Amino acid sequence: MPPKINLTKCDGCKAEEEPLCEQVCPGDLMTLNEDGKAMCRDAGDCWDCMCCTKICPQGAIETRLPYQLGYYPAKLIPRVGTNKIMWTCVDINGKVERFVVKTRND
Amino acid sequence: MCADKKLPKTIEDIEVVVHETDFLIIGAGNAGCFAAIEAKRKNPDLKVTLLEKAHIDRSGCLAAGMDAINTYLKKGKTIEDFIKWSRSQAGGLLREDLAIKVAENLNKPVEEWEEWGLPIKKDEDTEEYANRGKWDITIQGESMKPIIAEKVREYGCEVLNRVVATNYLTKDGRVVGAMGFGVRNGKMYVVKAKATCIATGGAAGLYKPYTNDGSGSHHQLWYCPFNTGAGYAMGIRAGAEMTTFEMRWCATRTKDFNGPIDTISVGYGTPMINAKGEKILQKRYADMGGDAAPRFIRANAPMEEWMEGRGPCFVDTREMSDEDIKQMKTDYLNERPSYVLFLAARGQDLKKEPIEIYGNDPYIVGGHTASGYWLNSEDWSTTIPGLFACGDVAGGVPNKFVGGCAAEGLLAARGAVEYIAKLEDEIEIDESQIEAEKERVYAPLFRMINEGEGIKPKEMEERMQRLMDEYAGGVHQFFRMNEEQLQYALKHIKILQDQVKYLVANDLHELMSAHEVIDRLDVAEVLIYHLMYRKETRWPGWQTRTDYPEKNDQEFDCFVNSRKNPETGKIEVYTREYKQIVPGDRLKPN
Repeated sequence: MPPKINLTKCDGCKAEEEPLCEQVCPGDLMTLNEDGKAMCRDAGDCWDCMCCTKICPQGAIETRLPYQLGYYPAKLIPRVGTNKIMWTCVDINGKVERFVVKTRND
Repeated sequence: MCADKKLPKTIEDIEVVVHETDFLIIGAGNAGCFAAIEAKRKNPDLKVTLLEKAHIDRSGCLAAGMDAINTYLKKGKTIEDFIKWSRSQAGGLLREDLAIKVAENLNKPVEEWEEWGLPIKKDEDTEEYANRGKWDITIQGESMKPIIAEKVREYGCEVLNRVVATNYLTKDGRVVGAMGFGVRNGKMYVVKAKATCIATGGAAGLYKPYTNDGSGSHHQLWYCPFNTGAGYAMGIRAGAEMTTFEMRWCATRTKDFNGPIDTISVGYGTPMINAKGEKILQKRYADMGGDAAPRFIRANAPMEEWMEGRGPCFVDTREMSDEDIKQMKTDYLNERPSYVLFLAARGQDLKKEPIEIYGNDPYIVGGHTASGYWLNSEDWSTTIPGLFACGDVAGGVPNKFVGGCAAEGLLAARGAVEYIAKLEDEIEIDESQIEAEKERVYAPLFRMINEGEGIKPKEMEERMQRLMDEYAGGVHQFFRMNEEQLQYALKHIKILQDQVKYLVANDLHELMSAHEVIDRLDVAEVLIYHLMYRKETRWPGWQTRTDYPEKNDQEFDCFVNSRKNPETGKIEVYTREYKQIVPGDRLKPN
């Protein structure tokens, strides 16, 4: 399950000692390429947990499904707030669904 | 970042970092975090150190989140009720002494988690947690891992992130800490500890998943693919006694996504149907309890239908209300958000098209079945002094799930803290074992530098997975196996173990991958011995022997245990008697 990086949006988390996606990936899969942009070492080793996608301060990471599992071009985009996440989901026919998920007690 | 990752060129380049602590916990997942917090509560003066191969904020099974706690004792339910239910679900085989103590501690960690910030739905009238099933409550657990990680830090525990544990430190038959390497900095870590608790989770990736078609779905697994059996392997190599590896976790999962199914089937009461629209459990398993049939029956039912030519199978969502469908997707966003993406990528309208289901690649996971360390129920110690275990790596208590693994963290910490209080001598380490481990651990890096070629970790992993799948009852074989197939699997696992010396790693990430495959080979070997020993079929699906299709209570109504003798290298397999504490028919839930 490859995280797809928007190279224009990704700034390599310059202010951080280690980019946030690299910090949180449970599979040690995220790192920086030679240009200082995020990359996934091995798309097939990704668990699609979306930790990198949720934590990216630039919104530069999108979780894409491998084509063997799901058709193009579905999207699931999180907007992370303090105690909640607002999710926007667009299916392959363009149907949009929105969800609000509480993540912490107020 | 790149500068930090300079690789050592020779064994002399490797910096050894030595830490001393009172209580070392290996694996900072749910169980390990609760063990750390409980140890600090029991004795705030203790130094508590967690070794974590990823980052504590998002590691282990709860990395993506969780949408339910499946073992919570609600008002009116007793420990006895719970044991009877869990025992019957596991086909009558569990460690009752351990399960009773887990049950006594099930609720505390969940209630604490809520206090620390985890949102749990309440019933508006009763103010009790909202029901999802008999033992299940719905939570909004997207952030439950970061929440508990904050608590671990607040309690003053030391956390060593991105350190891969590779073996225990031992002294005169006692575990006195562990060794490992930093996947970020390449340093070798030696952590000396008065007591050690293993909490590394179960083993995924022993078998080939059906989603592994070479195009980016290698880790499309239900279980966390980064739990690769390190704790089992370290215990096997140190001579710890293991139990019930043959009770594999093969379950019904959403087809292709290979993800959780209880959210739909338990959470929303949707029936399991076959291609002909027949309700499988009611039609074919009425005598086993129908919808309440034991877990292994429910897990295997769709695969039996496929075998008989009645696949594909589904959970029928077509009668769900729009509100329930929306809520169900919201639940998934708390646990495996990408399943909602999957449904969108299929353009699937659940009112018209039900969700397809299928079996998963088998896992060894003591939180669901009973595979793992054989424990002493007095203190959660293993058979090696100084070593305690909790969570998926600990054996004997199936159906403990998230709540039970947390409860075991509390129990193991209490045992370890008492053990530490009684210790008198200082730990002295034999330096030669550190040198030997250094050579073993870094060998794939140096082979790459010196020889320039060899076997890549992924090549060996795929060979192992296909072997196990085809000859040790994988999902492509509908979980079936016989003696000759198992002998074949064993022969080739042993060849692979001998080929470990040819493994190469280009960087520290690959070095981790190399050890993940080395560990899984050791787990796979023991698993095959267990599968060969149980010459019967006790749990169809979990353990289906085509050459012994019946259950044989006379010989096998007991635990199958094993120990790799560190002196001879031989795996000794033997039985341990079943001890019933809670009266009643062990196959009946009440």
